[in-house]
Amino acid sequence: MSERVPERVPEPGPLSFHVPAPAVRPGGTPDFSDVKISRAGEVRRPEVDVAPEEIRDLAFAIIRVLDRNSEAVGPWAGLLSDQELLEGLRHMMTLRAFDARMQMAQRQGKTSFYMQHLGEEAVSCAFRKALEPGDMNFPTYRQAGLLIAGGYPMLDMMNQIYSNELDPMKGRQLPVMYSSREHGFFSISGNLATQYIQAVGWAMASAMKRDTRIAAGWIGDGSTAESDFHAALVFASTYKAPVVLNIVNNQWAISTFQGVARGGAGTFAARGLGFGIPSLRVDGNDYLATHAVAKWAVERARRNLGPTVIEYVTYRVGAHSTSDDPSAYRPKTESDAWPLGDPVLRLKNHLIRRGVWSEDRHKQAEAEIMAGVIAVQKEAETHGTLHTGPHPSARDMFEGVYEQMPPHLRRQRQQGGV
Amino acid sequence: MPRRTMIEDVGYFGGVFRCTHGLQQKFGSSRVFDAPISESGIVGAAVGMAAYGLRPCVEIQFADYMYPAYDQIVSEAARLRYRSNGQFTAPLVVRMPTGGGIFGGQTHSQSPEALFTHVAGLKTVVPSNPYDAKGLLIAAIEDNDPVIFLEPKRLYNGPFDGHHDRPVTPWARHPQGEVPDGHYTVPLGKAAIRRDGSAVTVLAYGTMVFVAEAAAAETGVDAEIIDLRTLLPYDLETIVASVNKTGRCVIVHEATLTSGFGAELSALVQENCFYHLEAPVTRVAGWDTPYPHAQEWDYFPGPARVGRALKAVMEA
Repeated sequence: MSERVPERVPEPGPLSFHVPAPAVRPGGTPDFSDVKISRAGEVRRPEVDVAPEEIRDLAFAIIRVLDRNSEAVGPWAGLLSDQELLEGLRHMMTLRAFDARMQMAQRQGKTSFYMQHLGEEAVSCAFRKALEPGDMNFPTYRQAGLLIAGGYPMLDMMNQIYSNELDPMKGRQLPVMYSSREHGFFSISGNLATQYIQAVGWAMASAMKRDTRIAAGWIGDGSTAESDFHAALVFASTYKAPVVLNIVNNQWAISTFQGVARGGAGTFAARGLGFGIPSLRVDGNDYLATHAVAKWAVERARRNLGPTVIEYVTYRVGAHSTSDDPSAYRPKTESDAWPLGDPVLRLKNHLIRRGVWSEDRHKQAEAEIMAGVIAVQKEAETHGTLHTGPHPSARDMFEGVYEQMPPHLRRQRQQGGV
Repeated sequence: MPRRTMIEDVGYFGGVFRCTHGLQQKFGSSRVFDAPISESGIVGAAVGMAAYGLRPCVEIQFADYMYPAYDQIVSEAARLRYRSNGQFTAPLVVRMPTGGGIFGGQTHSQSPEALFTHVAGLKTVVPSNPYDAKGLLIAAIEDNDPVIFLEPKRLYNGPFDGHHDRPVTPWARHPQGEVPDGHYTVPLGKAAIRRDGSAVTVLAYGTMVFVAEAAAAETGVDAEIIDLRTLLPYDLETIVASVNKTGRCVIVHEATLTSGFGAELSALVQENCFYHLEAPVTRVAGWDTPYPHAQEWDYFPGPARVGRALKAVMEA
């Protein structure tokens, strides 16, 4: 409890209505001085069976591994080999190249909509490597790194984005609303927060069946305000579900700054404390820290120790989607001022520091990865784009509403002439 | 058969209507257990369990409390198969007591079935008697799509016919109260003809089946009474065959009139039976007001109102 006493307790009088606002708006000078950043290596690493009340401070710190000199330091360092880190870098670079091409494809009219990950690549790419086959993610629309790092074919992703004849979702879903049971990636709804409680339900089922698989729920800062978020925390807490509850705080919910959803809580991780769930905050732009914290939470779930809340502190460098222009709601240079840097650059510099990477090899890898993405894109486009087709048939539209088509739908399909 | 799980306010106590009494003792607390009071949480968790491969059967204490779960039902359970192209499905059953007649006021009396029949991907069931309730519930649990299972709460104790001033015969002394042990199903999508008749077809479900039977007996109108049992998918064949035979149709439900399921039935009868109709299709339904408390019997479509409608279509 805070012992702070205001200098003067306000007098009763006309009430004032409080609406939080970001520190700076377009035209202003970006200012992140209020983001308190822990030193790399500074935050302790508790045992996985720690009592939640002993680590309440971790919901307000930021766990970081990579320091200013690109060294990996502290108790959360040392989990990943050179090879694994090089692979992690490649995943993030692939996701970035994929985003660049798909963003452009949308601008060229080849699809209706796209959502990129720029600046947030580490979160989903690193998390995926903490899971085992059979575990299930309940993602939002900004975790395609789970697929890229999980070996899902990029061609299938593009076919989905183009709603072409090979679209695994048969043209029924908006671009980027992927689904792959095989790759532990639950169907993206497009509604917000609904998947969070579903992740908890999936994890409860796994525990009921005495299975060994665990679930991971994903949500953004803005949609933690949804009631499904709170339901998920209640159920996870009550039934000690084997689930990792991820909150990706990228500072912006379209044009609404994170303070509107966070309110007076201080941090999003702090939301978990009232539910008695161990809650940690991590530098989401630090591949090593993100992976280490994910691994810690996954181990807790696997050992029947129950849920963990993780807040990834990151920054959405790009627009929310292809349908908004961030310069209308935040300073254009705000992303340059973001104090946690760029995840790709930071891992690249660390690998150079380790002596297993170089500027030249990085440039070469960038070119190779881009060429690979372009080759897949060309192949996808031979199967059609939203603009040119071919698309899944109108007949497909009537399929899969139910396991067996009921008579009324059959009649409607006949009326529709398909 | 796949293992089933049940959740909600049903575990130790057995539910406010005691429907799940004894289940926890029989099947254990990992299959039958109480849930936090969070309808969106209950149904949302059930969607996740169903996606995992279980067949959850959850209870919402009253249909009136369903609204916080509506997003999970409409946007998630109903569409999961479609949007994932069959990779994930939601074979869950959401049971909820529905309808009025117990002086429950506006928060324990609603009949929201049309809010479900309007949603692609859902099936909606309303049993009218214990035999059907068991057979339909097993069919619903075995179905690979989400099923909304609305239990008319006024029928839990006996076949209530709308005569609120008379005692109700308990199910124990009613032929449809006979419930065989063991496994049997009543197929979804099939209506039942409760009374053969030649003068007018009555389309009803739930409590209104017994109200219609009382109305037919009291007016002497030779009504053919069809108990729809499943609202979606509906049994068009049985409806059309009956109306083409009788040439008249009265639709009865407790839910509010405007945009109620009766509107869909009326349109279907008009589209399919127009040249056989001798009188306008008539609906008897709850008034378009919130469900009142003290005025319950002025609101409830009882045998007198249904009887007037039967006589009116016969005179048309």
